[in-house]
Amino acid sequence: MKDGHAPRRKLLIIIAAMLAVLVLTPFSGSYVIVLVTHALIFAILAMSLDILLGYTGLPSLGQAAYLGMGAYLTAILATRFQFGLDGTFWVVVVLGMLIGAATAALFGLFAIQASGVYFLMITLALGMCVWGLAYRWNSLTGGDNGIVLPPRPAFGIELADDVTYFYLVFGFFAVSLVMMAILVRSPFGRSLVGIRENELRMRILGYNTWLHKYIAFIIAGGFGGLAGVLWAHAHGLVSPEDVVLATSVDALLMVVLGGPGTLVGGAIGAGIVVFLREYLSTLVPWWQYVLGGVYVLTILYLPGGLMSIPERIRGSRALSRRARETKNLQTSPH
Amino acid sequence: MSSMILRRLNWGLMAGIVAAGLGLSSYAGAAQELRIGFIAPLTGPFSQVGKDMVNGFQMYLDEVGSDFAGAKVTFIVEDEEAKPPVAVRKAEKLIRQDKVQLFAGGLLASTGYALAPVSTRLKTVYVVSTPAADDLTQRDAAKYPYIVRTGWTSSQPSHPFGEWACQQGFKRIVAVGADFAFGHEVVGGFQKAFESCGGRIIQKIWPPLGTIDFGPYIPTIKKDADAIFTLMAGPMSLQFPKQLASAGIRLPVLGGGTSYDEFVLPSMGDEVIGHISALQYSAALDTPKNDAFVKKYREKYGKVPSYYSEGNYTAAQMIHEVMKKTKGKWPGTEQFVKLLSSVQLETPRGPVRIDEMKNPVHNVYIRIVRKKKEHGYDKDELWNSVVKTYPNVGQFWKYPKEEFLKQPVYSRDYPPCKYCE
Amino acid sequence: MDTQFWVIQAFNGVSYGALLFLLASGLSLIFGVMRIVNLAHGSFFLLGGYVALTVIWTTGSWLLALPVAALVVAVVGLLMERVFLRPLGFDPLRQVLLSVGFAYLFQQAALDIWGGDNLDIVPPDMLKESAVVGGFYFPMYRVFMIGMALVMGLILWLTMEKTRIGAMVRATVDDSEMARGVGIDTSRVSMFIFALGAFLAGLGGVIGGAFLGVYPGLDFAILPIAFAVVIIGGMGSLAGAAVGSLLVGLADNFGKALFPEISYFTLYAPMVLILALKPTGLFGRE
Repeated sequence: MKDGHAPRRKLLIIIAAMLAVLVLTPFSGSYVIVLVTHALIFAILAMSLDILLGYTGLPSLGQAAYLGMGAYLTAILATRFQFGLDGTFWVVVVLGMLIGAATAALFGLFAIQASGVYFLMITLALGMCVWGLAYRWNSLTGGDNGIVLPPRPAFGIELADDVTYFYLVFGFFAVSLVMMAILVRSPFGRSLVGIRENELRMRILGYNTWLHKYIAFIIAGGFGGLAGVLWAHAHGLVSPEDVVLATSVDALLMVVLGGPGTLVGGAIGAGIVVFLREYLSTLVPWWQYVLGGVYVLTILYLPGGLMSIPERIRGSRALSRRARETKNLQTSPH
Repeated sequence: MSSMILRRLNWGLMAGIVAAGLGLSSYAGAAQELRIGFIAPLTGPFSQVGKDMVNGFQMYLDEVGSDFAGAKVTFIVEDEEAKPPVAVRKAEKLIRQDKVQLFAGGLLASTGYALAPVSTRLKTVYVVSTPAADDLTQRDAAKYPYIVRTGWTSSQPSHPFGEWACQQGFKRIVAVGADFAFGHEVVGGFQKAFESCGGRIIQKIWPPLGTIDFGPYIPTIKKDADAIFTLMAGPMSLQFPKQLASAGIRLPVLGGGTSYDEFVLPSMGDEVIGHISALQYSAALDTPKNDAFVKKYREKYGKVPSYYSEGNYTAAQMIHEVMKKTKGKWPGTEQFVKLLSSVQLETPRGPVRIDEMKNPVHNVYIRIVRKKKEHGYDKDELWNSVVKTYPNVGQFWKYPKEEFLKQPVYSRDYPPCKYCE
Repeated sequence: MDTQFWVIQAFNGVSYGALLFLLASGLSLIFGVMRIVNLAHGSFFLLGGYVALTVIWTTGSWLLALPVAALVVAVVGLLMERVFLRPLGFDPLRQVLLSVGFAYLFQQAALDIWGGDNLDIVPPDMLKESAVVGGFYFPMYRVFMIGMALVMGLILWLTMEKTRIGAMVRATVDDSEMARGVGIDTSRVSMFIFALGAFLAGLGGVIGGAFLGVYPGLDFAILPIAFAVVIIGGMGSLAGAAVGSLLVGLADNFGKALFPEISYFTLYAPMVLILALKPTGLFGRE
């Protein structure tokens, strides 16, 4: 009985949380606004990874590559071609998603044939290729220096204002969340879950599992590219540091911490990791213990991530309820 | 009844006015706070340099009890890990969260190029005490109205050095420089001056910043050159001369100042004796002011000050000069920039003033690494002994400003390698 | 480009490859036996350097630092495997993330214990010289690196081919279920291999410390290169680690000397090619 209400209640909680973020952030102080904006951008990246990991069962260690492609494209267009700094910003958004998807399409050809650990290794390697190029192709990417972007676009709305930019990023986040939610509830999304559960069975049933996985990979890449475009303008600077291995690993942690297969879990995970890296690090010098500790404790004790906590509580409550009922049955007189 | 109330009101009013008056006067006389943010690499390959930077600034603060003409200085240091994106993030935190009125530091030229836009975007003063990126005060100066450089431009010492090298009789030089903006600009400045006087750069090699294994690069150095010009930074400075010696290369070596700066000199061995470099500072500088500076710094921090220490010590001193003029009150961003740009000072490196593009004009010293006793210390140590002083060197050297600004910024390909073989 | 160029560059490439072999062989074995992608491997390498420094500072002996540091790192690896990785069972994703968590913990601990400075391991004077053969200068330290790698490689090969435990390891790599079936305690084998991998990485760290320095961030900087070697050479194969490190060492060296612009590309391009044509690496098995 209670379980029937749970999805609706969950939806209400999610909407309430999002509204809270939307309303409270602009009043929270200049640095918090910047942090929340960063968290939302990484939330998009984490959710895109969740489609691969949580729904399709593909653990990708190279998701930062697509963020990098989108970010560098934005930066190069802005500095070399002065493109994307006005209404053309929306064109750049689309281009960013396309380049993310295209890169994923290319990488997917190498990666999808593998699974499990090998998939991890291959996606790691491909991510490293992007980093290597960003780092050494000096004439294009500026190498170590990175590329400094001009001030944010203005098209009637001044994105240079931090609060305005926050609203924009929030909008993208909300739309991405909705789009991905629709995707995973669709027949396509459900077949992805089927592949995660038992790929052999799906193939026997006639599904082209390779194609399903490939498409999921491309879609994740597209959203990664979107995150990249937003990241470039949020930060004002794009550099090889953005596509380093640690970023891809962080994205994985965000998903696992929040709860794979829940989409919102990735957003929650993103918030926590960004907070740790960019806020806690300014307060105490030993923040990396906390970060490492979060990694270790999550893996050991919270396999389903944070989103699984309510279920566990419900589960243990149900267990204890049943235990009580059983005891009552036993002790009640007949 | 009412008179009682009236009287109470009167007392209340008077009390209020007195309190307000007291409050106002105490506010006017209260210590103003000057919040200074400082960004330096505290971890990673450049952490020793970062420490020198912080220590230099801190030593000056300690000398004046963190009191700048009545303003109490709060000094907040953040670690940038020698990575420009981290530096930007820390700067944002310092400005937005810690509400600093100005920030200083940053190490690499690339960090300078990344922090300057932040200063413009968030309308905060950036005192460029170390990053030498040329264009911050040259072709891009208009983009950055709130920065003032108290350090140097990468090519500033290279220009007189190039001329000096040519006068010494060197004709064909191979350049080996770290592959980033700073490296390009130091080598570029040297090349321009060296070639205008008749010399030739016959080869340019660019190991990436952070290279520790020069194995791939050293064997490609042309054997028939007269000398090698090297620009190394951070851990590269220590390794390159060692590996050069191990490979049996016996050519004379000239270098940018950071190749032999005191941040690394004490760890180097005899392989660097006789190497020549140019910079606006040397710990071996034999003036009373520098003598006192070196002795005090060494006693406090256990090592000889590097140019990073001196640069930030001087930056702190210059900020203090401005606060003296405003009697300890923060004059606002624009006014501060104006006042800092008009400071003239005698510093450990010699006389310093700021030019109209907000870059310092100071002496450039040609130094040779020698093993001797300096400043009355009783041990033979490696020092950058000064052999020639070029006074009043600005960022444009002898070149007319307009002409200089018309040429592109020094890069990997500029000046072009006309004589490369 | 005269002969001297080619000879010296080849020598440099081989010596770099020797260092990589120490680092990558452990990673490859760990992967081959346990199917674990150990992202803390760079940390083992760095810890080796740090522990060696402590040994040198307290005892003054560089020679002692070599085995002591390697053993300490082996113990750390052992604990990590026993206490944390073992309970996870076979779960590649969680194992990877766990190893990263440890990498961060190690990084912070190293920062607290040894500080943030860039430190240098100074080898004994004898190794600072250069051997001059036929007009070519061969730095002795590089010769030492090659020697060390050859010795370790030989020991490893003998262990794997000629000893019982080596046979058990090979059996587990080939087919762990079958190995269990014939009574091999695969969990003991795993523990041994993980400790061995950490040992090798730690040893690499001591040796590499004179060459690369010891500083925070080195752990994550060296990791991608180690993975490049393992991917190219093949996971789980000693021969693969040897060939892979040689290839990567030479490619990296010649790439930087001849095509400095795209030197990372010359490193990662073979990797991508291998992934496309034979994903398990040159000597890897399915």
